[in-house]
Amino acid sequence: MSVDRQAAPGGAPSRTIWRATWRAWERAELAFDAVFGADGNPLRHLGALGFLFFWVMLGTGLYLYIVFEGTAEGAYRSIDALSAAALGSIIRSVHRYAADGFVVVTALHLVRELLAGRFTGARWFAWVTGVVLIWFLYASGIGGYWLVGDQLAQWSLTATAEWFDALPLFGLSMVRNFLSSGQMTDRFYALLSFLHVAIPLTLLLGMWLHIQRVTRPNVTPSRALMLGTFATLIALSLIKPVTSLLPPDYGAVPATIPVDWYYLFIHPLMDATSPAALWTMVMLATLVLAALPWLVRVSHEPVAQVDPANCNGCGRCFADCPFGAVVVEPRTDGRRGPGLARVLPELCVSCGICAGACPSSTPFRTVAELVTGIDMPQRSLAEMRSRMERALAGLEGSPRMLVFGCDRAADARVLERPDTGVISLLCTGQLPPSFIDYALRSGADGVLVTGCAEDGCYYRHGNTWTAQRIAGVREPHLRVSVPRERVRVVWAAEDDMANLRAAVEHFRAALTNLPPAESRHAARTKRPRRKEVALG
Amino acid sequence: MNTILRYAAQIALYVAFGAALGYFSSYPVFQALPPDQALVRLSFSHGAKPISPCRERTPEELAKLAPNMRVKLDCPRERAPVQVEIEMDGKPLYQITARPAGLKRDGASTVYRRLPVVAGKHTFKARLADGPDGKFTYVSDATIDLAPGKVLVIDFNAGKGGFQFVH
Repeated sequence: MSVDRQAAPGGAPSRTIWRATWRAWERAELAFDAVFGADGNPLRHLGALGFLFFWVMLGTGLYLYIVFEGTAEGAYRSIDALSAAALGSIIRSVHRYAADGFVVVTALHLVRELLAGRFTGARWFAWVTGVVLIWFLYASGIGGYWLVGDQLAQWSLTATAEWFDALPLFGLSMVRNFLSSGQMTDRFYALLSFLHVAIPLTLLLGMWLHIQRVTRPNVTPSRALMLGTFATLIALSLIKPVTSLLPPDYGAVPATIPVDWYYLFIHPLMDATSPAALWTMVMLATLVLAALPWLVRVSHEPVAQVDPANCNGCGRCFADCPFGAVVVEPRTDGRRGPGLARVLPELCVSCGICAGACPSSTPFRTVAELVTGIDMPQRSLAEMRSRMERALAGLEGSPRMLVFGCDRAADARVLERPDTGVISLLCTGQLPPSFIDYALRSGADGVLVTGCAEDGCYYRHGNTWTAQRIAGVREPHLRVSVPRERVRVVWAAEDDMANLRAAVEHFRAALTNLPPAESRHAARTKRPRRKEVALG
Repeated sequence: MNTILRYAAQIALYVAFGAALGYFSSYPVFQALPPDQALVRLSFSHGAKPISPCRERTPEELAKLAPNMRVKLDCPRERAPVQVEIEMDGKPLYQITARPAGLKRDGASTVYRRLPVVAGKHTFKARLADGPDGKFTYVSDATIDLAPGKVLVIDFNAGKGGFQFVH
């Protein structure tokens, strides 16, 4: 089976480099998993950390705004006085380091989504809004430096004005406003204060937009990750408190400038090149990044399809879709049921999680052709059932195991052998739990379900929903009567084959100690197969 | 990985993150100007003379205009470019011909340039031409001792007599 495991731009060599880089990233994530656990792994929650840093900046910024004197004379004095007080110094430093942290996690978030290929198709909206937000992030951050009113502010203001003067927009020279102290007015500082509130609030609005096309966005890190991050910010603020440079001196250029490279790297970059070259670089980078969803060649998978005769509008597909691509509308076809699901093709990422959520997706149904309420044309439930039956029929030896894998995770197909059958799914979330029950009733001694690493599902929630369905806390449940010792769930990223192999061997050894499937089936032969439940 | 080792590794990674945040938030320091240099900022915004002199309209031309538009003098909107030459110690340091701003070229000519120079005592001579004939009508000079890192602003204000050397 040919599987397009990842979108990557360019030809074969660049795809190879791209994939190799992603695999290296995945290895780093796995190493971090071992240290922090998936829940506390910062590399798996970069977006949520971005939100955390923003809230920290907002909280500390409120305090700074209260004590800040927005006048030409008072700006430097008030910030300097704030730093002289212990609490004020910590709050100012936390504000600054949270801003730096925001840049770091934003950059890593961008690289991670880029390497994972999570920017094409329905994900274009989050990607493009994210690229635009980088401008607001930098406008917010650099504006914060200007408020301090020290020599760093003077240098940054002058350099920024020189940069904007390269644009043929105003016809006047902005930098002429920063050549002498007499030109720095109270009104100018009032404008800077306003901008440093208005731009971050616009950034927040943009962050809200950024997550609009995903359901249950991950915007809150785990408690452990929050504590670790807070502790780091406070420790850093105590060890290396942020201080102002000397007041501005318009008659001199500071010999050396302690640049915050996270934000102010653009000034030395302009110094090394030219304002026009810097504009060319940043505009080109912005345009290329923003256009990436359309520059990359990806195969467009068919989207989910609803079969009205088998959909009763229960809303489980709506609840489980990670991208809000399913809506439930009132029925107009006269059939029973509260509504009818409808797929929004422009939002569907073809993961099949909806098919796994549908109560009609059960292999026990006795209809000639298995049709479910919502299904994936490229890998239908009927095809899955027949593949599963073929795999089970072909198993030899003992214990006989069936593995349900995921196209995006560690490649389970390499585990295939006479006593082990493998069915790879679009996403683990495509697996209706009843397939596990069916496999165990049809000759398998054990069923192993595997998918992307914890908190690392390519389709966001597939592995989480599957784990919850098997645990019986999310519909559709795995039946209570299914012997749990014969079911194993293992999360293994694409680059974590060793872990998957080890887990399979461990499970096989555990199954060996259990009674063979025949004896179980013998005891259950009188149990009738489930009749089809009419849902239409 | 046992619990103690995990916590130790967590602390180490948080420390590494904090160290990277703290270090790159102010290091390595940037040298805006080499230690033996000073900075000359040439900066002015000046509206030059019209590109050509005004002329009187002929009676025929006036008759063709609407009654409320019959002004005798026809003056061009476009201004002449501003030419500036700066010399330091008798050698050319910078020269530019700045076009007027605006779609009709009727705005001020604006120039801003950073000119790093070797620190020390220098004689600066500045010339400016703002007419269509290109004659340098404003000429000024000054001898200034520029310490390393010091800034000299060469501004121009016709209302204040021409070039100003601010340091």
